[in-house]
Amino acid sequence: MDEPESAKISMTRSSEAVPSPAGQPPKTNGAQSKDMRGRPRRRADAIFRMLVQGSGVVLLVIMAAIAVFLILQAIPALKADTTNFLTTLNWAPDSTPSSFGIAALAFGSLLTSLLALVMSVPVAVGVALAISHYAPRWLAGPLAYVVDLLAAVPSVVFGLWGLIYLVPSIIGPSKFLSTYFGFIPLFETNGTYGKSVFAASVVLAVMIIPIIAAISREIFVQTPRDHIEAAWAIGATKWEMVRTAILPYGRSGVVSATVLGFGRAIGETIAVALVLSANYEISLHILQPGGNTIAANIANRYGEAGGIGRGALIASGLVLFVITLIVNFGARAIVRRGEREGA
Amino acid sequence: MAKSIQMKNVDIYYGKFHAVQDVNLSVPPRAVTAFIGPSGCGKSTVLRTMNRMHEVIPGARVEGRVELDGEDIYRPAVDPVEVRRAVGMVFQRPNPFPTMSIRDNVVAGLKLQGVRNKSHLEEVTERSLRGANLWNEVKDRLGRPGGSLSGGQQQRLCIARAIAVQPEILLMDEPCSALDPISTLAIEELMGELKKDYTIVIVTHNMQQAARVSDQTGFFNLKAAGQPGRLIELDNTEKIFSNPTEKATEDYISGRFG
Repeated sequence: MDEPESAKISMTRSSEAVPSPAGQPPKTNGAQSKDMRGRPRRRADAIFRMLVQGSGVVLLVIMAAIAVFLILQAIPALKADTTNFLTTLNWAPDSTPSSFGIAALAFGSLLTSLLALVMSVPVAVGVALAISHYAPRWLAGPLAYVVDLLAAVPSVVFGLWGLIYLVPSIIGPSKFLSTYFGFIPLFETNGTYGKSVFAASVVLAVMIIPIIAAISREIFVQTPRDHIEAAWAIGATKWEMVRTAILPYGRSGVVSATVLGFGRAIGETIAVALVLSANYEISLHILQPGGNTIAANIANRYGEAGGIGRGALIASGLVLFVITLIVNFGARAIVRRGEREGA
Repeated sequence: MAKSIQMKNVDIYYGKFHAVQDVNLSVPPRAVTAFIGPSGCGKSTVLRTMNRMHEVIPGARVEGRVELDGEDIYRPAVDPVEVRRAVGMVFQRPNPFPTMSIRDNVVAGLKLQGVRNKSHLEEVTERSLRGANLWNEVKDRLGRPGGSLSGGQQQRLCIARAIAVQPEILLMDEPCSALDPISTLAIEELMGELKKDYTIVIVTHNMQQAARVSDQTGFFNLKAAGQPGRLIELDNTEKIFSNPTEKATEDYISGRFG
């Protein structure tokens, strides 16, 4: 294997500074056409390198093209907006004067996704642990398979389930919450229930549990035997072993899984569009009908939208893009900090 | 502290595989007992039955009696967790908890037992690290992660972690096989000090090491691949290495093996 070359393909910006695993100093540019034994570099390596680098470049170009397209489409609509795009609680881009704003939608997107995460992450981690370390082997295999399958179910199926089954049946629990815990602002209502932020969050939570569980399980089963035995040997019970060996090892993986789940939840259009009764208010009363998200709004409004309307929806899509980027970077920072502590 | 170990007619199985056959032995307290023998002969397996660690592997089971000071640790009423708290173990590869600080690694066992008293934990940290000859090297960086130490230091940290709970017995499964000669020497010297307080059983591939550190040595062997391992001979280390009773032992220690 040509070690220094593989370090280059990995596209690290500081590839020159990466010492080769074998401990040789990295090659200078002049020696690049020779391999470690001084033979000319093989053609297959060169072709493979071009393919890999080409794929990387193509991906970046596509990303940039999408961003440019979105921005160009959004600019005319944003210019036509007579109210503040960031704070307006209204969506009427095609009326005169045009007035629309992202505030309620962005708020709704974040609220439903965060609620979904709060509900799904503990369950998903539990499912993952059950499969990886608690279930007997004859059950764990099929169970893992089912979870992987569930992760691939199209979201519209979850949306229909939410609309037909969950929305009617969530009224009871919602009433209970608002009657006995109504003093908490979150559970206050105006006396109506049903197609609420809460219902949408539950749908999203059910939808992302399999993804988070599947990825977490993958990480948990990779926990080195050394760590697990270390915990057993100091007299840990099963739960203590999980806490001292498996969870610390899996932490960064669970964070990554959570971010993926968050990405799917906040980007979910059809399931949310089916369950929510759209409005453009910022409200923390999650049990009463109302609420909206950026993605669901795009799905609901795109068909009827005129020129400015489409631009406005694209602008809202850009905001969604930025939110996911920020969350991603935040999560990466968390993971990196975890790794530094572990180094 | 420091109990003796007796094994009586012990057979060990992994599922259907008969790993170790009919081991009878006695390990005296406050001494080092070494197990030597070729790979796959079951010496680590025997070691792991002494704190019920082998049960971690699904399908593993033991027949016969394993006694600590006469008390059978395989009685149904005995909790394996309690056994492992009384019998510490050090592994082949150093395995400190990588994200935990040095301090937390040392007192991990105590914390599991519910000890929360800070000054007591501090005291145990210092005593255990001194006991493992690591205190002077790490006293200024107890908050650093255990993974930041060198291999030899990590292994001594693992020894500190094992002795922090003041076990009756210390089991060491090839503790130096991943270490350089200087770290190996440090651990061997440490064993000489630890045997004043603990019963030590060590598995090693290094016969010189067995000769250097142990008071008695047991030789394990197996007739052929797929056959169960057996304890061929257990005697004073000096006798094993100078005048063993069994021919197989002599062949092995003199390098005329196989």
